Amino acid sequence: MSAPRRSNLLTVLMLGVLAYFLLPVVWLVVASTKSNSGLFRSFGLWFDRDFALGDNLRSVFTRDDGVFVRWLVNTFAYAGLSAVGATVLATMAGYAFAKYTFPGGRLLFNIVLGAVMIPTTALAIPTYLLFSNAGLTNTPWAIILPSIVNPFGLYLMTVYAQSAIDDSLLESARIDGAGEFRIFWQVCARILAPGMVTVLLFTLVATWNNYFLPLIMLQDTDKLPLTVGLAQWQSAATRGNGGEALYSSVITGAMVSTLPLIAMFLFLQRYWQSGLADGGVKG
Amino acid sequence: MTTTAEKASAPTWRRRQRIAAYLFVAPFFVFFVLMLLVPLFYAGYLSFFREQLIGGNAFVGLDNYVRALQDERFLRGVLRVTLFLLVQVPVMLGLALLFALVLDSGRLRFASLVRLGIFLPYAIPGVIAALMWGYLYGQDFGPFAQAGRALGLPVPEFLSSGWMLASIGNIVTWSFVGYNMIIMYAALRAIPAEIYEAARMDGAGEFRLAWSIKIPSIRPSLLLTLIFSVIGSFQLFTEPQLLKSISPVVVTGEYTPNLYAFTLAFSRSELNYAAAVSFLLGILIMIVSYVVQLSTQRRERQR
Repeated sequence: MSAPRRSNLLTVLMLGVLAYFLLPVVWLVVASTKSNSGLFRSFGLWFDRDFALGDNLRSVFTRDDGVFVRWLVNTFAYAGLSAVGATVLATMAGYAFAKYTFPGGRLLFNIVLGAVMIPTTALAIPTYLLFSNAGLTNTPWAIILPSIVNPFGLYLMTVYAQSAIDDSLLESARIDGAGEFRIFWQVCARILAPGMVTVLLFTLVATWNNYFLPLIMLQDTDKLPLTVGLAQWQSAATRGNGGEALYSSVITGAMVSTLPLIAMFLFLQRYWQSGLADGGVKG
Repeated sequence: MTTTAEKASAPTWRRRQRIAAYLFVAPFFVFFVLMLLVPLFYAGYLSFFREQLIGGNAFVGLDNYVRALQDERFLRGVLRVTLFLLVQVPVMLGLALLFALVLDSGRLRFASLVRLGIFLPYAIPGVIAALMWGYLYGQDFGPFAQAGRALGLPVPEFLSSGWMLASIGNIVTWSFVGYNMIIMYAALRAIPAEIYEAARMDGAGEFRLAWSIKIPSIRPSLLLTLIFSVIGSFQLFTEPQLLKSISPVVVTGEYTPNLYAFTLAFSRSELNYAAAVSFLLGILIMIVSYVVQLSTQRRERQR
Protein backbone atom coordinates (compact mmCIF):
# COMPACT_ATOMS: atom_id res chain seq x y z
CA MET A 1 0.00 0.00 0.00
CA SER A 2 1.38 3.41 -0.93
CA ALA A 3 1.89 6.03 1.75
CA PRO A 4 -1.01 8.50 1.98
CA ARG A 5 -0.52 11.92 0.45
CA ARG A 6 0.68 14.58 2.94
CA SER A 7 -1.73 17.44 3.32
CA ASN A 8 -0.35 20.95 3.67
CA LEU A 9 -3.61 22.37 4.99
CA LEU A 10 -3.78 19.72 7.70
CA THR A 11 -0.14 20.32 8.60
CA VAL A 12 -0.69 24.08 8.98
CA LEU A 13 -3.81 23.52 11.12
CA MET A 14 -2.00 21.08 13.38
CA LEU A 15 0.97 23.38 13.76
CA GLY A 16 -1.54 25.98 14.97
CA VAL A 17 -2.81 23.45 17.49
CA LEU A 18 0.78 22.75 18.51
CA ALA A 19 1.29 26.48 19.12
CA TYR A 20 -1.53 26.45 21.70
CA PHE A 21 0.05 23.55 23.56
CA LEU A 22 3.52 25.09 23.51
CA LEU A 23 2.45 28.65 24.37
CA PRO A 24 2.63 28.31 28.16
CA VAL A 25 5.92 26.45 27.88
CA VAL A 26 7.41 29.16 25.68
CA TRP A 27 6.10 31.76 28.10
CA LEU A 28 7.69 29.88 31.02
CA VAL A 29 11.08 29.72 29.32
CA VAL A 30 10.96 33.40 28.33
CA ALA A 31 9.69 34.51 31.74
CA SER A 32 12.46 32.62 33.54
CA THR A 33 15.00 34.95 31.88
CA LYS A 34 13.42 38.08 33.35
CA SER A 35 13.99 39.93 36.56
CA ASN A 36 11.00 40.59 38.76
CA SER A 37 10.54 44.12 37.41
CA GLY A 38 11.23 42.87 33.87
CA LEU A 39 8.19 40.61 34.21
CA PHE A 40 5.98 43.63 34.66
CA ARG A 41 7.49 45.98 32.11
CA SER A 42 8.06 43.65 29.11
CA PHE A 43 5.68 41.78 26.80
CA GLY A 44 4.94 38.30 28.18
CA LEU A 45 6.03 36.37 25.11
CA TRP A 46 9.24 38.25 24.38
CA PHE A 47 12.51 38.88 26.22
CA ASP A 48 13.23 41.88 28.41
CA ARG A 49 16.34 44.01 27.94
CA ASP A 50 17.79 42.52 31.14
CA PHE A 51 18.69 38.87 30.74
CA ALA A 52 18.36 37.62 34.32
CA LEU A 53 18.30 33.83 33.92
CA GLY A 54 21.59 33.42 35.77
CA ASP A 55 20.45 35.58 38.67
CA ASN A 56 17.13 33.75 38.78
CA LEU A 57 18.75 30.33 38.85
CA ARG A 58 21.08 31.50 41.61
CA SER A 59 18.16 32.80 43.64
CA VAL A 60 16.11 29.62 43.10
CA PHE A 61 18.90 27.40 44.34
CA THR A 62 19.94 29.62 47.27
CA ARG A 63 16.58 30.94 48.51
CA ASP A 64 15.65 29.70 52.02
CA ASP A 65 19.07 28.02 52.46
CA GLY A 66 18.83 26.10 49.22
CA VAL A 67 15.60 24.31 50.09
CA PHE A 68 14.79 23.94 46.38
CA VAL A 69 17.54 21.34 46.03
CA ARG A 70 15.98 19.39 48.91
CA TRP A 71 12.61 19.50 47.17
CA LEU A 72 14.17 18.29 43.94
CA VAL A 73 15.92 15.39 45.70
CA ASN A 74 12.74 14.53 47.63
CA THR A 75 10.68 14.51 44.45
CA PHE A 76 13.17 12.22 42.71
CA ALA A 77 13.23 9.87 45.70
CA TYR A 78 9.46 9.73 46.25
CA ALA A 79 8.62 9.37 42.57
CA GLY A 80 11.45 6.94 41.83
CA LEU A 81 10.73 4.56 44.71
CA SER A 82 6.97 4.66 44.08
CA ALA A 83 7.42 3.97 40.39
CA VAL A 84 9.83 1.06 40.88
CA GLY A 85 7.61 -0.45 43.58
CA ALA A 86 4.43 -0.04 41.56
CA THR A 87 6.05 -1.52 38.47
CA VAL A 88 7.36 -4.60 40.27
CA LEU A 89 4.02 -5.31 41.95
CA ALA A 90 1.94 -4.66 38.82
CA THR A 91 4.24 -6.72 36.59
CA MET A 92 4.28 -9.77 38.84
CA ALA A 93 0.53 -9.72 39.44
CA GLY A 94 -0.36 -8.81 35.84
CA TYR A 95 1.83 -11.66 34.55
CA ALA A 96 0.12 -14.10 36.90
CA PHE A 97 -3.36 -13.00 35.86
CA ALA A 98 -2.44 -13.27 32.20
CA LYS A 99 -0.56 -16.57 32.20
CA TYR A 100 -1.95 -18.73 35.00
CA THR A 101 -5.40 -20.00 35.79
CA PHE A 102 -5.97 -20.29 39.50
CA PRO A 103 -9.04 -20.39 41.74
CA GLY A 104 -10.19 -16.86 42.56
CA GLY A 105 -7.99 -15.30 39.87
CA ARG A 106 -10.89 -13.98 37.83
CA LEU A 107 -12.56 -12.52 40.94
CA LEU A 108 -9.38 -10.83 42.17
CA PHE A 109 -8.77 -9.31 38.74
CA ASN A 110 -12.31 -7.93 38.63
CA ILE A 111 -11.89 -6.42 42.09
CA VAL A 112 -8.80 -4.59 40.87
CA LEU A 113 -10.61 -3.40 37.74
CA GLY A 114 -13.42 -2.04 39.89
CA ALA A 115 -10.86 -0.32 42.10
CA VAL A 116 -9.76 1.82 39.15
CA MET A 117 -12.98 3.71 39.85
CA ILE A 118 -12.25 4.37 43.54
CA PRO A 119 -11.47 8.07 43.71
CA THR A 120 -8.24 8.89 45.51
CA THR A 121 -10.18 11.67 47.20
CA ALA A 122 -12.32 9.27 49.18
CA LEU A 123 -9.10 7.64 50.36
CA ALA A 124 -6.83 10.59 51.08
CA ILE A 125 -8.35 11.76 54.34
CA PRO A 126 -8.82 8.30 55.94
CA THR A 127 -5.33 7.32 54.76
CA TYR A 128 -4.04 10.45 56.45
CA LEU A 129 -5.77 9.48 59.69
CA LEU A 130 -4.52 5.88 59.55
CA PHE A 131 -0.99 7.04 58.85
CA SER A 132 -1.25 9.58 61.59
CA ASN A 133 -2.18 6.83 64.07
CA ALA A 134 0.73 4.75 62.82
CA GLY A 135 3.11 7.69 63.16
CA LEU A 136 3.81 7.69 59.42
CA THR A 137 2.63 11.17 58.48
CA ASN A 138 5.42 13.60 57.78
CA THR A 139 7.62 10.73 56.57
CA PRO A 140 8.45 9.70 52.98
CA TRP A 141 6.41 6.51 53.50
CA ALA A 142 3.22 8.59 53.57
CA ILE A 143 3.84 9.45 49.91
CA ILE A 144 5.47 6.23 48.69
CA LEU A 145 3.22 3.53 50.19
CA PRO A 146 -0.10 4.81 48.74
CA SER A 147 1.54 5.41 45.34
CA ILE A 148 2.82 1.83 45.10
CA VAL A 149 -0.68 0.50 44.41
CA ASN A 150 -1.56 1.18 40.80
CA PRO A 151 -4.66 -0.75 39.65
CA PHE A 152 -4.45 0.75 36.16
CA GLY A 153 -0.83 -0.36 35.92
CA LEU A 154 -1.85 -3.90 36.80
CA TYR A 155 -4.56 -3.82 34.14
CA LEU A 156 -2.04 -2.54 31.60
CA MET A 157 0.48 -5.28 32.46
CA THR A 158 -2.16 -8.02 32.32
CA VAL A 159 -3.27 -7.04 28.84
CA TYR A 160 0.34 -6.56 27.78
CA ALA A 161 1.49 -9.95 29.09
CA GLN A 162 -1.49 -11.63 27.42
CA SER A 163 -0.49 -10.39 23.99
CA ALA A 164 3.30 -10.34 24.35
CA ILE A 165 4.07 -13.73 25.91
CA ASP A 166 3.31 -16.87 23.98
CA ASP A 167 2.13 -19.88 26.00
CA SER A 168 4.40 -22.18 23.99
CA LEU A 169 7.40 -20.23 25.27
CA LEU A 170 6.40 -21.03 28.85
CA GLU A 171 5.81 -24.68 27.96
CA SER A 172 9.22 -25.11 26.40
CA ALA A 173 10.91 -23.39 29.34
CA ARG A 174 9.07 -25.78 31.68
CA ILE A 175 10.14 -28.80 29.64
CA ASP A 176 13.72 -27.56 29.96
CA GLY A 177 13.17 -27.80 33.69
CA ALA A 178 13.04 -24.13 34.63
CA GLY A 179 11.03 -23.21 37.72
CA GLU A 180 8.16 -20.76 37.55
CA PHE A 181 10.13 -17.90 39.10
CA ARG A 182 13.14 -18.45 36.90
CA ILE A 183 10.87 -18.38 33.85
CA PHE A 184 9.45 -15.08 34.99
CA TRP A 185 12.74 -13.36 35.83
CA GLN A 186 14.96 -14.75 33.10
CA VAL A 187 12.61 -15.28 30.18
CA CYS A 188 9.50 -13.12 30.54
CA ALA A 189 10.79 -10.01 32.29
CA ARG A 190 12.76 -9.05 29.20
CA ILE A 191 9.72 -9.48 26.92
CA LEU A 192 7.62 -7.44 29.33
CA ALA A 193 10.11 -4.55 29.37
CA PRO A 194 8.16 -2.08 27.15
CA GLY A 195 5.04 -2.59 29.27
CA MET A 196 7.11 -2.15 32.43
CA VAL A 197 8.65 1.09 31.17
CA THR A 198 5.15 2.36 30.44
CA VAL A 199 3.86 1.59 33.93
CA LEU A 200 7.09 2.95 35.45
CA LEU A 201 6.86 6.22 33.58
CA PHE A 202 3.16 6.77 34.19
CA THR A 203 3.48 6.04 37.92
CA LEU A 204 6.53 8.27 38.03
CA VAL A 205 4.53 11.13 36.50
CA ALA A 206 1.58 10.52 38.80
CA THR A 207 3.76 10.67 41.92
CA TRP A 208 5.99 13.47 40.62
CA ASN A 209 2.93 15.59 39.84
CA ASN A 210 0.93 14.63 42.93
CA TYR A 211 -0.05 17.60 45.01
CA PHE A 212 -2.97 16.55 47.19
CA LEU A 213 -1.28 13.70 49.04
CA PRO A 214 1.99 15.46 50.02
CA LEU A 215 0.00 18.58 50.84
CA ILE A 216 -1.94 16.77 53.54
CA MET A 217 0.75 14.29 54.64
CA LEU A 218 3.86 16.42 55.04
CA GLN A 219 4.47 19.30 57.41
CA ASP A 220 8.23 19.97 57.46
CA THR A 221 9.38 22.28 54.69
CA ASP A 222 12.48 20.21 54.01
CA LYS A 223 10.43 17.06 53.39
CA LEU A 224 8.21 18.57 50.70
CA PRO A 225 8.28 17.64 47.03
CA LEU A 226 8.57 20.35 44.37
CA THR A 227 4.83 20.68 43.78
CA VAL A 228 3.96 21.64 47.35
CA GLY A 229 7.12 23.70 47.83
CA LEU A 230 6.56 25.77 44.71
CA ALA A 231 2.89 26.27 45.59
CA GLN A 232 4.03 27.65 48.96
CA TRP A 233 6.43 30.08 47.28
CA GLN A 234 3.68 31.05 44.87
CA SER A 235 1.17 31.83 47.59
CA ALA A 236 3.84 33.80 49.50
CA ALA A 237 4.49 35.79 46.30
CA THR A 238 0.83 36.64 45.74
CA ARG A 239 0.43 37.61 49.39
CA GLY A 240 3.21 40.08 48.75
CA ASN A 241 5.62 38.96 51.44
CA GLY A 242 8.86 37.06 51.07
CA GLY A 243 10.78 39.67 49.14
CA GLU A 244 10.82 41.35 45.80
CA ALA A 245 12.34 38.59 43.70
CA LEU A 246 9.85 35.87 44.61
CA TYR A 247 7.83 35.88 41.36
CA SER A 248 10.90 35.28 39.25
CA SER A 249 12.06 32.53 41.64
CA VAL A 250 8.70 30.78 41.40
CA ILE A 251 8.73 30.95 37.61
CA THR A 252 12.34 29.84 37.24
CA GLY A 253 11.81 27.08 39.81
CA ALA A 254 8.79 25.89 37.85
CA MET A 255 10.86 25.88 34.67
CA VAL A 256 13.66 23.86 36.27
CA SER A 257 11.27 21.35 37.80
CA THR A 258 9.56 20.50 34.50
CA LEU A 259 12.82 19.57 32.80
CA PRO A 260 13.52 16.11 34.30
CA LEU A 261 10.17 14.58 33.34
CA ILE A 262 10.24 16.02 29.83
CA ALA A 263 13.76 14.64 29.40
CA MET A 264 12.66 11.26 30.64
CA PHE A 265 9.71 11.07 28.26
CA LEU A 266 11.86 12.04 25.30
CA PHE A 267 14.61 9.63 26.28
CA LEU A 268 12.30 6.65 26.82
CA GLN A 269 9.91 7.54 23.99
CA ARG A 270 10.42 4.39 21.97
CA TYR A 271 9.71 2.11 24.92
CA TRP A 272 6.63 3.69 26.43
CA GLN A 273 4.95 4.31 23.10
CA SER A 274 5.38 0.70 22.03
CA GLY A 275 4.32 -0.35 25.53
CA LEU A 276 1.01 1.40 24.99
CA ALA A 277 0.61 0.35 21.38
CA ASP A 278 1.63 -3.33 21.58
CA GLY A 279 -1.59 -4.36 23.18
CA GLY A 280 -1.40 -2.26 26.30
CA VAL A 281 -4.73 -0.59 25.58
CA LYS A 282 -6.38 -2.97 23.16
CA GLY A 283 -8.84 -3.62 26.00
CA MET B 1 4.80 -47.44 34.85
CA THR B 2 5.23 -44.26 32.87
CA THR B 3 1.51 -43.63 32.67
CA THR B 4 1.06 -43.73 36.43
CA ALA B 5 4.08 -41.50 36.89
CA GLU B 6 2.61 -38.94 34.49
CA LYS B 7 -0.74 -39.12 36.21
CA ALA B 8 0.91 -38.46 39.51
CA SER B 9 3.11 -35.63 38.25
CA ALA B 10 0.45 -33.68 36.30
CA PRO B 11 -1.39 -32.45 39.41
CA THR B 12 1.94 -31.56 41.07
CA TRP B 13 2.80 -29.44 38.05
CA ARG B 14 -0.53 -27.71 38.24
CA ARG B 15 -0.26 -27.23 41.97
CA ARG B 16 3.21 -25.78 41.62
CA GLN B 17 1.93 -23.32 39.03
CA ARG B 18 -0.97 -22.36 41.24
CA ILE B 19 1.28 -21.67 44.18
CA ALA B 20 3.54 -19.59 41.93
CA ALA B 21 0.52 -17.61 40.71
CA TYR B 22 -0.59 -16.82 44.25
CA LEU B 23 2.93 -15.78 45.19
CA PHE B 24 3.07 -13.50 42.15
CA VAL B 25 -0.18 -11.71 43.00
CA ALA B 26 0.32 -11.66 46.79
CA PRO B 27 2.58 -8.58 47.10
CA PHE B 28 0.20 -6.46 45.02
CA PHE B 29 -2.78 -7.56 47.05
CA VAL B 30 -1.12 -6.95 50.41
CA PHE B 31 -0.62 -3.31 49.42
CA PHE B 32 -3.99 -3.19 47.69
CA VAL B 33 -5.76 -4.19 50.89
CA LEU B 34 -3.67 -1.93 53.13
CA MET B 35 -3.67 1.18 50.93
CA LEU B 36 -7.08 0.95 49.23
CA LEU B 37 -9.54 -1.29 51.04
CA VAL B 38 -8.61 -0.46 54.65
CA PRO B 39 -8.80 3.35 54.12
CA LEU B 40 -12.03 2.90 52.19
CA PHE B 41 -13.70 1.01 55.00
CA TYR B 42 -12.19 3.34 57.57
CA ALA B 43 -13.69 6.32 55.72
CA GLY B 44 -17.05 4.59 55.78
CA TYR B 45 -16.68 3.90 59.49
CA LEU B 46 -15.62 7.47 60.34
CA SER B 47 -18.52 8.94 58.44
CA PHE B 48 -20.98 7.46 60.96
CA PHE B 49 -19.53 9.39 63.90
CA ARG B 50 -19.43 12.95 65.09
CA GLU B 51 -16.78 14.58 67.22
CA GLN B 52 -18.29 16.13 70.30
CA LEU B 53 -16.90 18.67 72.66
CA ILE B 54 -17.56 16.35 75.58
CA GLY B 55 -17.24 12.60 75.37
CA GLY B 56 -15.25 12.25 72.14
CA ASN B 57 -16.77 10.52 69.12
CA ALA B 58 -20.44 9.60 69.18
CA PHE B 59 -22.22 7.30 66.75
CA VAL B 60 -24.71 9.37 64.75
CA GLY B 61 -25.78 6.93 62.02
CA LEU B 62 -26.46 8.61 58.73
CA ASP B 63 -26.59 12.13 60.20
CA ASN B 64 -23.45 13.27 58.39
CA TYR B 65 -24.88 12.11 55.07
CA VAL B 66 -28.21 13.83 55.71
CA ARG B 67 -26.29 16.96 56.58
CA ALA B 68 -24.19 16.76 53.40
CA LEU B 69 -27.24 16.27 51.20
CA GLN B 70 -28.72 19.44 52.67
CA ASP B 71 -25.43 21.33 52.68
CA GLU B 72 -25.68 24.06 50.07
CA ARG B 73 -21.90 24.46 49.91
CA PHE B 74 -21.46 20.78 49.05
CA LEU B 75 -24.36 20.69 46.59
CA ARG B 76 -23.21 23.82 44.79
CA GLY B 77 -19.77 22.31 44.43
CA VAL B 78 -21.25 19.11 43.00
CA LEU B 79 -23.34 21.15 40.57
CA ARG B 80 -20.26 23.12 39.55
CA VAL B 81 -18.14 20.04 38.79
CA THR B 82 -21.12 18.46 36.98
CA LEU B 83 -21.35 21.50 34.72
CA PHE B 84 -17.59 21.32 34.26
CA LEU B 85 -17.85 17.63 33.39
CA LEU B 86 -20.61 18.18 30.82
CA VAL B 87 -18.65 20.85 28.96
CA GLN B 88 -14.95 20.16 29.49
CA VAL B 89 -14.87 16.37 29.08
CA PRO B 90 -16.61 16.29 25.65
CA VAL B 91 -14.38 19.12 24.43
CA MET B 92 -11.21 17.46 25.70
CA LEU B 93 -12.01 13.94 24.48
CA GLY B 94 -13.37 15.26 21.16
CA LEU B 95 -10.13 17.12 20.52
CA ALA B 96 -8.05 14.14 21.64
CA LEU B 97 -9.92 11.84 19.25
CA LEU B 98 -9.66 14.33 16.39
CA PHE B 99 -5.91 14.74 16.88
CA ALA B 100 -5.40 10.98 17.22
CA LEU B 101 -7.28 10.38 13.94
CA VAL B 102 -5.29 13.10 12.17
CA LEU B 103 -2.02 11.57 13.36
CA ASP B 104 -3.17 8.09 12.41
CA SER B 105 -4.24 9.19 8.91
CA GLY B 106 -0.58 9.63 7.99
CA ARG B 107 -1.31 12.83 6.07
CA LEU B 108 0.57 15.09 8.42
CA ARG B 109 4.08 16.41 8.07
CA PHE B 110 6.16 16.64 11.29
CA ALA B 111 3.72 14.12 12.80
CA SER B 112 6.02 12.93 15.59
CA LEU B 113 6.86 16.50 16.54
CA VAL B 114 3.16 17.38 16.75
CA ARG B 115 2.42 14.22 18.73
CA LEU B 116 5.08 14.88 21.34
CA GLY B 117 4.24 18.59 21.52
CA ILE B 118 0.59 17.94 22.30
CA PHE B 119 1.59 15.27 24.84
CA LEU B 120 4.20 17.49 26.52
CA PRO B 121 1.81 19.26 28.95
CA TYR B 122 1.01 15.88 30.55
CA ALA B 123 4.56 15.77 31.90
CA ILE B 124 4.09 19.16 33.57
CA PRO B 125 2.71 18.99 37.13
CA GLY B 126 -0.82 20.31 37.63
CA VAL B 127 0.57 22.81 40.13
CA ILE B 128 2.91 24.30 37.53
CA ALA B 129 0.24 24.22 34.80
CA ALA B 130 -2.14 26.16 37.06
CA LEU B 131 0.64 28.54 38.05
CA MET B 132 1.64 29.25 34.43
CA TRP B 133 -1.90 29.76 33.23
CA GLY B 134 -2.57 31.87 36.30
CA TYR B 135 0.17 34.25 35.13
CA LEU B 136 -0.99 34.09 31.51
CA TYR B 137 -4.56 34.95 32.56
CA GLY B 138 -3.34 37.83 34.72
CA GLN B 139 -4.24 41.44 34.05
CA ASP B 140 -0.81 42.82 35.02
CA PHE B 141 1.78 40.96 33.01
CA GLY B 142 -0.34 38.34 31.25
CA PRO B 143 0.36 38.49 27.51
CA PHE B 144 -3.34 38.39 26.60
CA ALA B 145 -4.07 41.49 28.67
CA GLN B 146 -0.90 43.17 27.36
CA ALA B 147 -1.81 42.42 23.74
CA GLY B 148 -5.38 43.56 24.35
CA ARG B 149 -4.20 46.86 25.82
CA ALA B 150 -1.75 47.44 22.99
CA LEU B 151 -4.41 46.81 20.35
CA GLY B 152 -7.18 48.58 22.24
CA LEU B 153 -9.25 45.43 22.43
CA PRO B 154 -11.18 44.30 25.51
CA VAL B 155 -9.73 41.22 27.17
CA PRO B 156 -11.99 39.05 29.33
CA GLU B 157 -11.07 38.89 32.99
CA PHE B 158 -10.17 35.23 32.97
CA LEU B 159 -10.04 35.05 36.77
CA SER B 160 -13.42 36.67 37.43
CA SER B 161 -16.35 34.65 38.72
CA GLY B 162 -17.95 34.51 35.27
CA TRP B 163 -14.85 33.11 33.61
CA MET B 164 -13.18 31.05 36.34
CA LEU B 165 -14.75 27.68 35.54
CA ALA B 166 -13.93 28.07 31.84
CA SER B 167 -10.39 29.13 32.73
CA ILE B 168 -9.96 26.02 34.89
CA GLY B 169 -11.45 23.97 32.05
CA ASN B 170 -8.82 25.35 29.71
CA ILE B 171 -6.00 24.36 32.08
CA VAL B 172 -7.33 20.82 32.48
CA THR B 173 -7.90 20.48 28.73
CA TRP B 174 -4.41 21.77 28.01
CA SER B 175 -2.92 19.29 30.48
CA PHE B 176 -4.77 16.13 29.47
CA VAL B 177 -5.67 16.29 25.76
CA GLY B 178 -2.28 14.78 24.91
CA TYR B 179 -2.56 11.95 27.44
CA ASN B 180 -5.96 10.93 26.09
CA MET B 181 -4.76 11.39 22.52
CA ILE B 182 -1.82 9.04 23.09
CA ILE B 183 -4.07 6.32 24.52
CA MET B 184 -6.45 6.62 21.55
CA TYR B 185 -3.58 6.82 19.06
CA ALA B 186 -1.98 3.68 20.50
CA ALA B 187 -5.30 1.86 20.10
CA LEU B 188 -5.66 3.11 16.50
CA ARG B 189 -2.17 1.82 15.70
CA ALA B 190 -3.17 -1.59 16.98
CA ILE B 191 -5.93 -1.98 14.36
CA PRO B 192 -4.62 -4.36 11.69
CA ALA B 193 -4.22 -2.53 8.37
CA GLU B 194 -5.91 -5.28 6.32
CA ILE B 195 -9.25 -4.19 7.76
CA TYR B 196 -9.00 -0.93 5.84
CA GLU B 197 -8.25 -2.48 2.49
CA ALA B 198 -11.73 -3.73 1.68
CA ALA B 199 -13.25 -0.40 2.69
CA ARG B 200 -10.73 1.51 0.58
CA MET B 201 -11.53 -0.71 -2.37
CA ASP B 202 -15.19 0.16 -1.94
CA GLY B 203 -14.13 3.81 -2.24
CA ALA B 204 -14.46 4.84 1.40
CA GLY B 205 -12.66 8.13 2.15
CA GLU B 206 -10.67 9.00 5.26
CA PHE B 207 -13.76 10.36 7.04
CA ARG B 208 -15.87 7.32 6.30
CA LEU B 209 -12.98 5.10 7.39
CA ALA B 210 -12.65 7.00 10.67
CA TRP B 211 -16.37 6.99 11.42
CA SER B 212 -17.25 3.44 10.42
CA ILE B 213 -14.12 1.49 11.23
CA LYS B 214 -11.60 3.33 13.37
CA ILE B 215 -13.85 4.85 16.04
CA PRO B 216 -15.88 1.66 16.62
CA SER B 217 -12.66 -0.38 16.85
CA ILE B 218 -11.17 1.70 19.64
CA ARG B 219 -14.36 1.79 21.72
CA PRO B 220 -12.70 0.18 24.79
CA SER B 221 -10.01 2.86 24.83
CA LEU B 222 -12.58 5.62 24.39
CA LEU B 223 -14.55 4.24 27.32
CA LEU B 224 -11.38 4.08 29.41
CA THR B 225 -10.50 7.71 28.75
CA LEU B 226 -14.11 8.73 29.40
CA ILE B 227 -14.21 6.99 32.79
CA PHE B 228 -10.84 8.46 33.82
CA SER B 229 -12.02 11.93 32.77
CA VAL B 230 -15.28 11.62 34.70
CA ILE B 231 -13.37 10.60 37.82
CA GLY B 232 -10.88 13.42 37.28
CA SER B 233 -13.56 16.10 36.92
CA PHE B 234 -15.31 15.14 40.12
CA GLN B 235 -11.99 15.16 41.96
CA LEU B 236 -10.89 18.58 40.71
CA PHE B 237 -8.57 20.02 43.32
CA THR B 238 -5.12 21.24 42.29
CA GLU B 239 -6.16 23.89 39.75
CA PRO B 240 -8.86 25.58 41.87
CA GLN B 241 -6.67 25.35 44.97
CA LEU B 242 -3.80 27.12 43.17
CA LEU B 243 -6.01 29.79 41.59
CA LYS B 244 -7.55 30.35 45.02
CA SER B 245 -4.35 32.07 46.09
CA ILE B 246 -4.69 34.53 43.15
CA SER B 247 -8.47 34.98 43.32
CA PRO B 248 -9.55 34.15 46.87
CA VAL B 249 -12.92 35.87 46.45
CA VAL B 250 -13.91 33.86 43.37
CA VAL B 251 -12.48 30.48 44.38
CA THR B 252 -13.61 29.72 47.89
CA GLY B 253 -12.85 26.74 50.11
CA GLU B 254 -15.97 24.99 48.84
CA TYR B 255 -15.48 25.66 45.12
CA THR B 256 -15.28 21.93 44.31
CA PRO B 257 -16.42 19.04 46.53
CA ASN B 258 -12.85 17.83 46.87
CA LEU B 259 -11.66 21.26 47.94
CA TYR B 260 -14.56 21.36 50.39
CA ALA B 261 -13.57 18.00 51.92
CA PHE B 262 -10.02 19.30 52.27
CA THR B 263 -11.19 22.54 53.89
CA LEU B 264 -13.45 20.64 56.28
CA ALA B 265 -10.70 18.26 57.33
CA PHE B 266 -7.72 20.59 57.57
CA SER B 267 -9.05 24.10 58.20
CA ARG B 268 -12.16 23.35 60.21
CA SER B 269 -11.12 20.06 61.83
CA GLU B 270 -14.42 18.41 60.97
CA LEU B 271 -12.82 15.09 60.12
CA ASN B 272 -15.93 12.94 60.37
CA TYR B 273 -18.00 15.23 58.22
CA ALA B 274 -15.11 15.47 55.74
CA ALA B 275 -15.03 11.66 55.59
CA ALA B 276 -18.76 11.60 54.87
CA VAL B 277 -18.41 14.25 52.16
CA SER B 278 -15.55 12.43 50.43
CA PHE B 279 -17.27 9.08 50.80
CA LEU B 280 -20.44 10.53 49.28
CA LEU B 281 -18.38 11.99 46.46
CA GLY B 282 -16.78 8.57 45.94
CA ILE B 283 -20.19 6.90 45.75
CA LEU B 284 -21.34 9.55 43.28
CA ILE B 285 -18.28 8.94 41.08
CA MET B 286 -18.83 5.18 41.14
CA ILE B 287 -22.51 5.61 40.20
CA VAL B 288 -21.73 7.98 37.33
CA SER B 289 -18.88 5.78 36.03
CA TYR B 290 -21.15 2.76 36.23
CA VAL B 291 -23.96 4.54 34.36
CA VAL B 292 -21.46 5.61 31.69
CA GLN B 293 -20.36 2.00 31.27
CA LEU B 294 -23.90 0.67 31.17
CA SER B 295 -25.08 3.20 28.62
CA THR B 296 -22.17 2.50 26.28
CA GLN B 297 -22.76 -1.23 26.62
CA ARG B 298 -26.41 -0.83 25.74
CA ARG B 299 -25.52 1.14 22.66
CA GLU B 300 -23.14 -1.64 21.72
CA ARG B 301 -25.89 -4.22 21.98
CA GLN B 302 -28.23 -2.14 19.83
CA ARG B 303 -25.74 -1.94 17.01
